[in-house]
Amino acid sequence: MLTLLFDGVAYGMLLFILAVGLCVTMGLMNFINLAHGAFAMLGGYVTVALMQRHGVPFLVCLPLAFLASAAMGVVLERTLYRPMYKKPHLDQVLFSIGLAFMAVASADYLMGSQQQIMQLPDWLRGRTELFADTPFVLGMGHYRLFIIAVCAALTMGLQYVLSATRFGSRLRASVDDARAASGLGINVNVVFAATFAVGSGLAGLGGALGAEVLGLDPTFPLKFMVYFLIVVAVGGTTSITGPLLAALLLGIADVAGKYYIPKLGAFIVYALMIAILIWRPQGLFVRQGGKS
Amino acid sequence: MQKRFFLSALTLGLLASYAGTAMAQEKFKIGLILPMTGPFASTGKQIEAAARLYIAQNGDTVGGKKVELIVKDDTSAPDVTKRIAQELVVNDKVNVLAGFGLTPLALATAPLATQSKTPMVVMAAATSSITQASPYVVRTSFTLPQAAVAMADWAPNNGIKKVVTLVSDYGPGIDAEKFFKDRMLFNGAQVLDTLRVPMRNPDFAPFLQKVRDLKPDAVFVFVPSGAGAALMKQFSERGMDKAGIKLIGTGDITDDDILNSMGDVASGVVTSHHYSASHNSPLNKKFVAAFEKANAGLRPNFMAVGGYDGMRVIYEAAKVTKGGNGEALLNAMKGQVFESPRGPMFIDAQTRDVVHNIYIRKVEKVGGQLFNQEFSTIPDVKDPGKSK
Repeated sequence: MLTLLFDGVAYGMLLFILAVGLCVTMGLMNFINLAHGAFAMLGGYVTVALMQRHGVPFLVCLPLAFLASAAMGVVLERTLYRPMYKKPHLDQVLFSIGLAFMAVASADYLMGSQQQIMQLPDWLRGRTELFADTPFVLGMGHYRLFIIAVCAALTMGLQYVLSATRFGSRLRASVDDARAASGLGINVNVVFAATFAVGSGLAGLGGALGAEVLGLDPTFPLKFMVYFLIVVAVGGTTSITGPLLAALLLGIADVAGKYYIPKLGAFIVYALMIAILIWRPQGLFVRQGGKS
Repeated sequence: MQKRFFLSALTLGLLASYAGTAMAQEKFKIGLILPMTGPFASTGKQIEAAARLYIAQNGDTVGGKKVELIVKDDTSAPDVTKRIAQELVVNDKVNVLAGFGLTPLALATAPLATQSKTPMVVMAAATSSITQASPYVVRTSFTLPQAAVAMADWAPNNGIKKVVTLVSDYGPGIDAEKFFKDRMLFNGAQVLDTLRVPMRNPDFAPFLQKVRDLKPDAVFVFVPSGAGAALMKQFSERGMDKAGIKLIGTGDITDDDILNSMGDVASGVVTSHHYSASHNSPLNKKFVAAFEKANAGLRPNFMAVGGYDGMRVIYEAAKVTKGGNGEALLNAMKGQVFESPRGPMFIDAQTRDVVHNIYIRKVEKVGGQLFNQEFSTIPDVKDPGKSK
């Protein structure tokens, strides 16, 4: 029972890290980026390639995955994304889904279409059990524990940056009214580029962490796009806590659903999303008066 | 003058192209449709390599005709497979269709084989019912019920009395579950639960936890080979081996192609299948060595052997019929008995399905590499799906 909760939380945390970048670009920058999963995939492939072919330790790979995806994010933001900011949403959707398909084809060409297999370091394998032989037995896979720890730290860091630093307030100002913000001397372009880079980098990190649990093949961006969008739709896009709670809810519901009703397992998430969106069409946790 | 030159050049060109078509009729064409890109590309790669190896070893003329192998990529989408098959039959006038990486791909093409009376050699897809979809289907791969039933016969005699099944929710998975379960019950064992994992399942955790809480002696698994690696890792991460649960399944999960990269989590897994690259026979040793040499060290898997034997069946039938086609070619395929790298096998003349030994194997490290080591043989297994 507790084990199930634990697995659900780990899964949810992973979804959150993967999707948070999308929340940032969608909510703060008002840009629909369906190619978000491609950045996650890049992070995953960077990690697998470095670990498998060059023997780089896992813990070094994670920041590298972040940097690679962030760098790619900056390059694409400057060259491809920026002209799209002012275009209608339909154009943005078509553009970014095209980008996602290109990423799928490139990954297929460069890395091959098979599932990538990752070998974790020994200290991340294995499992610890608490309260064994009681009804409340809690089995924790070490790797899942690691995921939860990393994601929790990141969440707190993000929340702090957005709400309590100068950069955070600049970002929020740029989003609310780009013209007024630049009139006040904020370099809106730099702020947006940095935000986009961090969002992509987080996706890359999520992809690196998730390669082991979710599997990694070239269809990754399309396979998980639905999950990202669910997290964003349910959680709302105006805060960090909304998507976090939404991701946790979905993770736990997914795991528990598959455990208790295996026959319906795959549909629980969608049913839940429909129910929530009927109840609160604007998302579960939306700041009143915020731009949605 | 110039005009005349142009005309004569044109005539010459037409003559040449006519001669070209005349030459083409002296060819024996094999239309090989495989998933060469997409998630099942490794299947296509293995079968194509095996087919080319067979041609390299046995020459490219058969029954007095030159063999032309036309390889097409269907990206494992059934509508594409069907379209390509149609083009091959109508435009290229192939003598035989071959390949078919997955069940839906074979089923989509079967009606076409019937209409055009073109023999269709299935080299990979393993759902039992495929050979019943058209009287022109001949299979050289294996059927899942063969492997599943063999496992269900072995397990109860080896201390596995309570099992849970965990299969991917699609044709072959459901086949495997059904036949394994029925035979286990018949053998007096218990099946505690049957779990079906959706095909697009990102995480096995909840299913494995369910298995763990049911405390069976073993969990019987069928998933497509790529997912098998992830499953095995989560199996060991969850400490299920330490909880006394064994992992058994059909040989798809310990696919020779990727077995080595799975690492130590795979060792000790017991599976049932018709082919292992470590099968101990002179013919197989020769096959594996030649295959690895021709493909930069790639180890042949059960897909490769299906392709290799498929080519053998086609070649022998072409010899008998002097490069024929249609019914005659099909009849020459039925009932062939021969020694394959997998061991003895034959094509049942009634069902057009393969009959071969099923081996029980255990993953072990041999010379620094992981192999499926065969330790028990169930001879001449017919497809149990055809008995009703």
